[in-house]
Amino acid sequence: MSGGRIARIVLAIVFLCLLVTPLVIKRIAARRQPNHSDDARTALARYGFYLREVSRSVGINFVHQAPQLDPKLDRIMPEVASMGASVSIVDFDRDGWPDIYVTNSAIGSKNALYRNQHDGTFKGVADEMGIADVNRAGNGVSTGAVWGDYDNDGYEDLFLMKWGRPELYHNDHGHGFTRVTEQAHLPAWINANTAVWFDYDGDGLLDLFVGGYYSEDIDLWHLVTTRIMPDSFEYAKNGGRKYLFHNLGNGKFEEVSEKLGINSRRWALAAAAADLRGSGHPDLFVANDYGVSELYFNDGKRFREVGQPTRIGFAPKSGMNAAFGDILNQGKFAIYVSNISEDGVLIQGNNLWMPKEGTAGDTIQYENLARDFGVELGGWSFGAQFGDLNNDGTLDLYLTNGYISLDRNRSYWYDFSKVAGGNSTIIGDAKNWPDFNGRSLSGYQNKRVWLNDGAGKFIDVALGVGVTDTSDGRSVALADLWNRGVLDVVVANQKGPLLLYKNTVAPQNDWIEFQLEGTASNRSAIGAEVILYWNGQKQIQEVSGGSGFAAQNDRRLHFGLGKNPHIQKAVIRWPSGKVQNIEQPAVNQLLTIKEPS
Amino acid sequence: MTEQTTQQMSVPNTPMHAAVPRKSSFNLDNRYIAPAFITCILIAGHLSFGILESYQKTLIAIVTSIALELTLGRIFFHKWLHPASAYISGISVGILVRSPAFWPYILCSAISIMSKYVLRVKGRHIWNPSNFGISVMLLLAADTVASLSIQWGNYLWPMFVIWALGSVTIARLHRFHITATYVASFLAFAFMRSWMTGNPWQSEIAPITGPMYQLFIFFMITDPKTTVRTKRAQCIVVFLVAVLEMVLRLRQVVYAPFYALFIVGPAAMLIEIWRDTRRENSAEAVPS
Repeated sequence: MSGGRIARIVLAIVFLCLLVTPLVIKRIAARRQPNHSDDARTALARYGFYLREVSRSVGINFVHQAPQLDPKLDRIMPEVASMGASVSIVDFDRDGWPDIYVTNSAIGSKNALYRNQHDGTFKGVADEMGIADVNRAGNGVSTGAVWGDYDNDGYEDLFLMKWGRPELYHNDHGHGFTRVTEQAHLPAWINANTAVWFDYDGDGLLDLFVGGYYSEDIDLWHLVTTRIMPDSFEYAKNGGRKYLFHNLGNGKFEEVSEKLGINSRRWALAAAAADLRGSGHPDLFVANDYGVSELYFNDGKRFREVGQPTRIGFAPKSGMNAAFGDILNQGKFAIYVSNISEDGVLIQGNNLWMPKEGTAGDTIQYENLARDFGVELGGWSFGAQFGDLNNDGTLDLYLTNGYISLDRNRSYWYDFSKVAGGNSTIIGDAKNWPDFNGRSLSGYQNKRVWLNDGAGKFIDVALGVGVTDTSDGRSVALADLWNRGVLDVVVANQKGPLLLYKNTVAPQNDWIEFQLEGTASNRSAIGAEVILYWNGQKQIQEVSGGSGFAAQNDRRLHFGLGKNPHIQKAVIRWPSGKVQNIEQPAVNQLLTIKEPS
Repeated sequence: MTEQTTQQMSVPNTPMHAAVPRKSSFNLDNRYIAPAFITCILIAGHLSFGILESYQKTLIAIVTSIALELTLGRIFFHKWLHPASAYISGISVGILVRSPAFWPYILCSAISIMSKYVLRVKGRHIWNPSNFGISVMLLLAADTVASLSIQWGNYLWPMFVIWALGSVTIARLHRFHITATYVASFLAFAFMRSWMTGNPWQSEIAPITGPMYQLFIFFMITDPKTTVRTKRAQCIVVFLVAVLEMVLRLRQVVYAPFYALFIVGPAAMLIEIWRDTRRENSAEAVPS
């Protein structure tokens, strides 16, 4: 046989090997994931925790209703009316037990506030508290809620974001709520999907950021035009404006966004605030649909957008989540942004923005390490939250997903991709979009529960630990609902049931929780950071005024500690600038700490 | 995409049927026109839209293509081939493949280049290399690779720029008739689909207004190495590509144009090769 012939045969074999490489890679990846539901005992042994969906048995029977918008949008109604389900955790009556607030989105539907009954059950009290019947014709419908004590009276007040008139409700000492929207000088209409309480100027009063999605001059129930869609799938700048409401301290707010440097019309879907540079001021991260994310550095008086210098503002995707977590126990926040991945059509991949080694402060840069850490592909991803689900001392990641689940056998993806790739004059007009006609779009998706191994890898154990639902997930919130030292998971689904996953954690792992109350700082202590040092490692967590997608976790901070921990100290950095050290706190307790005067 | 200026280099035995390297009135060797154009597109895209979020991926696709072309050319043709063709394949992979991972860019480039050396009939390769590579990746690595190429935004001006430059480039290479036939066919079928499905006609013509299609119609379908010889046959073939694409679109296949070319292109080549062989055999049979 000639040398040339041998070379050709070798080449053909190598070529064949290359062709089958993707299949081999897929097979290896599939082997690493558990593909069946383990029983509780097996899950506890394998993963250290088990989640059991208990909503009905604890008295929660809530099904979200989607809005029915202007009939001109009928052909793509499932797509434009695809958001609104949300969940936030609040101890509204200060009884020491977390309660749950969820939004509804059909005209005439009611939001729900589930009061924790201390006996393992919840009771719906939204009607009697006056925050149920908030989705009335002419005023729009709810899309999310964030809680913050804007008047520092000790009780968490409610900001209700809507596609419609935003509402502020004052908490009357846990006995009811009074609508104070007009007194607060909030605008008449915002089509918002995200809002965050934070004290940007450190004056001890909570301010409020609200991100618009659709333009605020659009009443989705009474359209003047069908040209309401994004003018680009990746570079759209015709969304809603942004608002920064500065708390004046007398129940009034002043809108200062443009004055302070926040001036964007991208389609905001998620926002969160944290001090990313150690400057003492909370920075603001905004995840945008149809475009790049934005990061605003805050010097206490002004904001500047630093998406490109920090490297997070280059790759346009479909940002739907913003959550912070110190996933490597280094005292630094990573930022998790969810996007869209659909096999064979669109692989955006979610982003895990990690601070780049050697960068910090004003020159901090981020790199997307989602693939390296294994948290990149989550379907049509929506809400996600970091939390130590098995108390092993590292933060895990719970992600919900699934966009529109209708006919299982027919997909809208072809038509979606056809129009999304077209010219702005086509994509921007709803009348140009093909009829949805009962088809699904990334529906019936399996959720992700990514377990952190502490060494830079996450593995999805959702099915293994009992998360088997395939509802169209939107919003996720974590809380130790029954004061047991474990994080439970609450998931709000679009046109689906509110799910409550009760967590059972292997008993050998210890924990500690912190409940903070500001004095010089805002009383909710939003923005306060706790850095916990134990067994030679440290982890930072922050009290948040809203994170994930249309969600808010419990304000209490939960740290898993692993086996036989010894805590050296906890350092609390209050928003006022005060730093408080707590030496060697005992494990397995909830520490209630008031800011020292 | 196109390897249209280098066919005599990478496949020496192929009949010279198009785009002989020559210098034009602009003193630019035709071999450099397509690479120059596609590089301009890439640079413009990056400066205006920052599409090179990860320039490393594009770079690795180009380097893989060129390295493999040089190596295989040396092994099988005993000479260093001109890298223009491989450069275009690499840059095409870099633009059209969208994946968060690096390996698809390497693999797609490798498959594209190797297909030219493995999948040959009578000394000619029958698939457009990057069309083959991208189609294979979309079929076999769907969980990691996509090509929803909207990274240029959805605005008019980049489209006009690409259309203008693409038309000039392709006319200079005497292949504008292919692009024109395809565009006319696509538009006719788009309106027919709209009539058949009841979808807005705007949604049916939407794809061709996107940048991915512009690259497809200016470069991929016009590749001289993998198109038939006569003008008439070229127009018929590209019309058939549009026909098959129409059928695939009615079946809601997202990457219909890639797959249509993947099927029709080699079929046309095989028919031409078969006819050539038959003609040669007939000529040999006739006593001189």
